[in-house]
Amino acid sequence: MAKVSFTSALQRFLPAPSAQVEGTTVGGALAVVFASRPALRGYVLDDQGALRRHVAVYVNGEPVRDRVRLSDAVGAHDEIYVFQALSGG
Amino acid sequence: MTDRLHVGTRKGLFELARVDGAWEIIDVQFLGDPVSAVLADGDGSVWAALDLGHFGAKLWHRDHAGAWRELAVPEFPPKPEDSGDDPHPWSLGKIWVLEPGGAPGRLWAGTMPGGLFRSDDGGASWSLNETLWRMPERRHWAGVAGGEQPGINSVLVDPRDPSDIRIGVSTAGVWASTDAGGSWRLINRGMYAEYMPPEQRDNPIVQDVHRLARCAVHPEIVWCQHHNGVFRSEDAGTTWHEVTAIRPSKFGFAVAAHPSDPNTAWFVPAVKDERRIPVDGKVVVARTRDGGRSFDVLTRGLPQRHAYDLVWRHGLAVDESGERLAFGSTSGGLWTSEDGGQSWAMSEARLPPIAVVRFAPA
Repeated sequence: MAKVSFTSALQRFLPAPSAQVEGTTVGGALAVVFASRPALRGYVLDDQGALRRHVAVYVNGEPVRDRVRLSDAVGAHDEIYVFQALSGG
Repeated sequence: MTDRLHVGTRKGLFELARVDGAWEIIDVQFLGDPVSAVLADGDGSVWAALDLGHFGAKLWHRDHAGAWRELAVPEFPPKPEDSGDDPHPWSLGKIWVLEPGGAPGRLWAGTMPGGLFRSDDGGASWSLNETLWRMPERRHWAGVAGGEQPGINSVLVDPRDPSDIRIGVSTAGVWASTDAGGSWRLINRGMYAEYMPPEQRDNPIVQDVHRLARCAVHPEIVWCQHHNGVFRSEDAGTTWHEVTAIRPSKFGFAVAAHPSDPNTAWFVPAVKDERRIPVDGKVVVARTRDGGRSFDVLTRGLPQRHAYDLVWRHGLAVDESGERLAFGSTSGGLWTSEDGGQSWAMSEARLPPIAVVRFAPA
């Protein structure tokens, strides 16, 4: 199972604990998390299901290529990390 | 009079109450987070929209017992495959204005990128007004200066008929619906945009309506602070006449209409366009009491030397009595008046930049 972790910056707004989930793509893995925590979805994805402009997702330390459909493949032992992209001051 | 004032800032929501003849901050929520819109009800409930830099627009509600909880935000439907040339995103940018809808549980939310949303359950769920959103003309709506997205900044619901609605858009003029949003028309005539090419100057859809305000007792009277000046309508936003007597300048963002006197309104003028500072570094409120034929420039209690406070479109409010006013600035200055603007008291608080001030109804 892939591990999904969220930036601590999200914890200020709502609980976002790490989770071990089944999923073959980034989008699939996140969907499993959001199914159990629906309120979290809108903090990470926009209305069309793409990554928010100022949210970044890395898999094993590398940024995902597909920020719109979240189709990057993930394996059973991969780590997905969701955090805020730097912006503003 | 109203004894509660809500101030939405770049760094949180502040609630003030009238205590021993002065306004005191009695509560702070969302400290550190930008508040983009606020609405209060007479029973103590409050709606606050947040514009989180990384994590999107959010909406919170405080019930009459004082408990805050997060509500669903308005959400755009899936973008159709054939809408590829739509210049605006199908995703909520921010909630820019919240207004009561005149029916139990009904709220309207004006947003960037230009979607108008309606709730009939006190904000628990929202639906996009698809008719307005799918009008071909929307593709000609333009982004607000400093942003890429157009925004609905004003929603005026006729107190006599909740199905009769006007909205003001930066930048797309004034739109009307007389069937609760079932159909819409671009209605404004008489505004001009002097920064546009001559062929476009009088085009209704290019008009940058900074803010609309309506007289509650005489809803056909609507005031507009426009990018190019002040305008007044006597037919609920269809025909506009420029109010040239405004001084010390005709540029500004905010306007407040007297709730019962159709001839009284307040503005906070500034130096136009890119500079956006008070004229001569003096914070003043311009008030007309004769329908715009003349103005009093009100200064008592307001800083008159080296003051560079700008007041945004939602930064000026009047209560139901027409006597009590408040305005807040981009420098975090907050002023209140108990006598129709004749004199002002400055809050001692050094607040974050203020986006919106709003009285709770009595």
